[in-house]
Amino acid sequence: MARITHGLSTSHIPAIGAMIDQGRTDGDYWAPIFEGYQWTKQYLADNMPDVVILVYNDHASAFDMKIIPTFAIGCAEEFKPADEGWGPRPVPPVPGHPDLAWHIAQSCILDEFDITIINEMEVDHGLSVPMDVMFDSKDNRTPAKWPVRVVPVAVNVVTYPPPTGNRCWMLGEAIARAVESYPEDLNVHIWGTGGMSHQLQGPRAGLINKEWDQNFLDLMTQDPEKLRTIQHIEYLRETGSEGIEMVMWLIMRGALQGNVTELHRHYHVPCSNTALGHLVLKNEVAETVVA
Amino acid sequence: MGDEAVTQTMPRDVHAYLAEFDDIPGTRVYTAQRARVGYHLNQFAMSLMKDENRQRFLADQRAYLDEWDISEDMKQAVLDRDYNRLLDLGGNIYFLAKLFSTDKLSFQDAVSTMTGMSKDEYFSMMVAGGRSPEGVRSIKDKN
Repeated sequence: MARITHGLSTSHIPAIGAMIDQGRTDGDYWAPIFEGYQWTKQYLADNMPDVVILVYNDHASAFDMKIIPTFAIGCAEEFKPADEGWGPRPVPPVPGHPDLAWHIAQSCILDEFDITIINEMEVDHGLSVPMDVMFDSKDNRTPAKWPVRVVPVAVNVVTYPPPTGNRCWMLGEAIARAVESYPEDLNVHIWGTGGMSHQLQGPRAGLINKEWDQNFLDLMTQDPEKLRTIQHIEYLRETGSEGIEMVMWLIMRGALQGNVTELHRHYHVPCSNTALGHLVLKNEVAETVVA
Repeated sequence: MGDEAVTQTMPRDVHAYLAEFDDIPGTRVYTAQRARVGYHLNQFAMSLMKDENRQRFLADQRAYLDEWDISEDMKQAVLDRDYNRLLDLGGNIYFLAKLFSTDKLSFQDAVSTMTGMSKDEYFSMMVAGGRSPEGVRSIKDKN
C-alpha cells in the first residue's frame, strides 16, 4: 500500500523562480537562499519519493474570480506552467498521477471532505518554485523532466474566508487515510507550501515577524496541536496579510500521524518581500504501519 | 499562538470575524465585499495573462480599459498605477500582479510603491530584516 513517509514545507516566492530562469542564483543576496536547499536536494536524491502531494495556492492563475474552490485536487495527466504576465516559466510540465488523485478525491468526499476535482489546470509559481528548490541540480538548473509525479492540492487563501487552520489539518488527516487505502506500494510525500511572514499590499507591506515564524517552525514538531487553533486574525496581525498561506502547512502536518522528526530547517530573511521557511519532516510511523 | 478550544477554532459569527480586519493598520483584507466591488477590475487584470492582450493594452491603455465594465475611478487608478487606490477599489494583489508584470516590474518593486518609500529604501528595510510588527498589529490596541 501507499504510505506518506515525509512532510516537507517551503515558501514559494516567485522571485526564486525568476532568478533560476535568469541564471542569477549566486551573489551575496541569493546564494544563502539557495544554499539552504542543498541538504534537501541530496536527501531527496537518496530517498526519492514516487509521488508528491503538493499543497499550494493558485495566485489568480488557474482560478480567477469566476470560480473559487476552497480545496481542489488536480487529476490531470500533466500540468503546464501558467503565464503570470511574463510568459510561462521555462520549466517542464508537471506530470500528474490521475489514478492516485482520483482515489484521494473519492476517498476524501466519502470522508466528508467535498474537494473540487480539476481535470485541466495550469500551475503557477506556487507549485513550480517548490519543484525547483527541491529537484533542481545543485547549481540551480531546472531538470529537463521532473523526477516525480505530483498530485496538486490547491487551497484558496486569496478570497476571505480561507479555510481555518483546523479544517486544513483535518483535510491532511483525510488525505493520509486516502493514501493508506491506495493499494499500490508508493512512497508518497506531502508538501505544504507558502508563507512565512509577508505582506504584499498596502502601507504595511514588508512586514516580517521572525520570532513568530520560528515559534511556528518549532511547534511543527514540539507541539503541533497548538497550531490548529491559530485564528486567521492572528496570522494577519502577526505575519502580514499573505502570512495566511501558512494554513497550508497544516494540511501537510495533519497528514503526518506518527512520530515526526525534523531532519532539516532553513529560515532566511529576506527573500524579496518574504521570510523564507523550509522544513523536512520524517513521518516515523510510516515504515512500521505498513504491515 | 493558538488556544485550548480545539473544537471551535474560529468565530461562527461572520460579522464579528470580518469586523476585526478593519483594525489592522495599512492593510485591506480581500473580503467578499471588496471582491464584489472589484470583480471586473480583477477580471481585467486577469486578461493580461495573454500576451496578445498585454500588447493590445500597452499599445492603447485607455481603449483597452474602455472595453471593461469598470468605473472611471478604476480606469484612472490603473493608468496611474496607483496600487493602494486599486486595493481600495476592490483590486486584489495577485490579480494586480498581472498589471505590474505587464510593466516588467517585480513583486518587490511593485509592492514598494504602496509603502511611501522609494524602491531603494524599501529594499534596504527588507535587507535589514523587514518591517517590524511592533506598533502595526492593531489600530485600537496601538501595538
